[in-house]
Amino acid sequence: MSPRRRALGIYGVIAAVSLAAPFAFDAYISQLTVLWVMVLFAITWDAMGGQMGYNSLGNIFFFGAGMYISAVVQIGLHYDVAEYTAAYGAIKVDFTPAQYFTGITLGTVVAAFGAVALAVVLSGVVFGLRGPYFAIGTLGIALAAGELVGAWDYVGAGSGISLPVFPGPPEDGERFFYFAFFVAAVLTFFFFRWLYGTRFGLAINAIRDDEEKAEAMGIRTRRYKTITWSLSAFFLGICGALFGNYNIFIEPLEVAFATVVFGIPMVVMSLLGGKGTLWGPVIGAVLYHVIKEATWTYLLGWQWVALGLLIVITVVFFQQGIMGWVQDKWPALFGIEVEEAPAEETPGTGRETP
Amino acid sequence: MLSNLQLLIDVPVLNVQLLLDGLMIGAIFALAAYGLALVWGVMNVKNLAQGEFVIMGGYIAFFMYRDLGLNPLWALPVAGLVMFGFGWLLYELVIRWVIGRDLFTSLLATFGMAIVIQQLLNLIFGPDVQTAESGLGTQLFLGSVTVQEIRALSLVIAGVLALMVVVFMKNSRMGQAIRATAQDPRAARVMGIDTDKVYAFTFALNAAICGAAGVLISMIWVIQPFYGIPHSIRSFVIVVAAGLGNLPGVIVTALGLGVLEQYGGFGFGAEYQQAVVVGLLLVVLVIRQIMQARHRQVVQ
Repeated sequence: MSPRRRALGIYGVIAAVSLAAPFAFDAYISQLTVLWVMVLFAITWDAMGGQMGYNSLGNIFFFGAGMYISAVVQIGLHYDVAEYTAAYGAIKVDFTPAQYFTGITLGTVVAAFGAVALAVVLSGVVFGLRGPYFAIGTLGIALAAGELVGAWDYVGAGSGISLPVFPGPPEDGERFFYFAFFVAAVLTFFFFRWLYGTRFGLAINAIRDDEEKAEAMGIRTRRYKTITWSLSAFFLGICGALFGNYNIFIEPLEVAFATVVFGIPMVVMSLLGGKGTLWGPVIGAVLYHVIKEATWTYLLGWQWVALGLLIVITVVFFQQGIMGWVQDKWPALFGIEVEEAPAEETPGTGRETP
Repeated sequence: MLSNLQLLIDVPVLNVQLLLDGLMIGAIFALAAYGLALVWGVMNVKNLAQGEFVIMGGYIAFFMYRDLGLNPLWALPVAGLVMFGFGWLLYELVIRWVIGRDLFTSLLATFGMAIVIQQLLNLIFGPDVQTAESGLGTQLFLGSVTVQEIRALSLVIAGVLALMVVVFMKNSRMGQAIRATAQDPRAARVMGIDTDKVYAFTFALNAAICGAAGVLISMIWVIQPFYGIPHSIRSFVIVVAAGLGNLPGVIVTALGLGVLEQYGGFGFGAEYQQAVVVGLLLVVLVIRQIMQARHRQVVQ
């Protein structure tokens, strides 16, 4: 079987399982929906952290920003946003299906481009920072955004915004959002798969491996970094807009800019699966999500302790990730020829600052 | 917002109040920040669990106050010792594998530790905001400036602790070994210093300092399992602004941060106090970046 046909077969199986899953495992549909969110998170993080070597701890910012932008657009189409949020849910939204779907579409589009605009603006601030300072700076942006939105009355401050409910039976709503996230994640995957095969992919890999040399070779590193960040932001903005509608209620610290629930796991999923690879983040996201749901079910109360330990163990002892481990173990599968007694390899990022 | 600022001009004595409160809290920030600078400088590990160590120390004091009925001041040596042991344990379990790896690894690993500690504290003590009563009174100055005695006392204690650490680092055998390792770990090993032990001791000492700071925090402020992150961010703001190995800088920056936070909270409203802390981190990073850009041009 040629590699191409094998790949097609794998994609076919995944597609078939994913399409059948919401009907076959009806009871687990919300977990399956969030699974696609996690996959999207891991892929977009890996574009920055894995492929370009810029380890951001604040990508969740674009998710939250998209969520809020979309909410404001959707509500603002028909109501005065300030009045709506000031009423703390006393005003009940009543949208016709047509209004609901135009709102969600428009909101998602505006959220995607709004997130890109924010990424371009912020790139001026963060891309002067290198190594750990970049990680701390981006973490600071995510935390600051949560705090600022939590104090901003126009968007409901700490008490958040309620969004319109899906018009129609709840089961249809759940399936609608399952497929919305599925499509978003698949589009993200294939977009980045295509991107990594182009010159652009080589350029950001060059930045990861040695930024100074890349610059010396004439690669406009700043431009590439900004574009990559914007692309991450674009997909995260879409994801955030959809997630706000899926969750119906949005709130700054636990839903939108949820650093502990989503922001850090983004990174951990990529590392767990193997960063800098195409499939690594996907595998990592699935594995992380399964572990998370399992701990939620069997270790209730201790779930975050278990997940925190998972983070520590993954980062400290298993940073090459599953894909990296497989690659070490069976290099022939990846078309890598290994000489006997290979030089000692250090797992982890390509670009290390001692 | 502006009316508040006008108030500062109309009632100048309010400035004295804010300044005093800021200095007294800033002194405690300085302790945690010094611990971070120590670990960062000696081991090149950026500890994002710094705030959680502080909160843990606070809960030790709270536990002694609530369950044992002791004055939380007695918790100072206890928290120091317990946290020293805890720090050593964490070093053996996690940190020793992180040293020498890229800095992102240490950030993420310590963040994972922070989550575990937060959750354990939450499971043991519950999510309520707590405080430990020291039983000391309040003094009144200049008509309307109030100084809680415990705040003044904690300023003194923070000063004494800082002095003790400085003397220890300068004169004791271990302190000298720590400084030698910070300068050149390889040379230190050649000279017969057990650098692994030095690292463990440094990390444990940092935890102990944070624990002591936490005891003070629990008496003059509030503690809650998830209040660690702002303390971590503060430590980073201070260390990034002051630079590593610059003890006077750390102290001045910490006091300044304490004052700034008081003014920020007063000017914008208490709900912005956290945002002010995180905003300052970004400001400090941006300034650092501008200064580095200038530096780079000079090199060219």
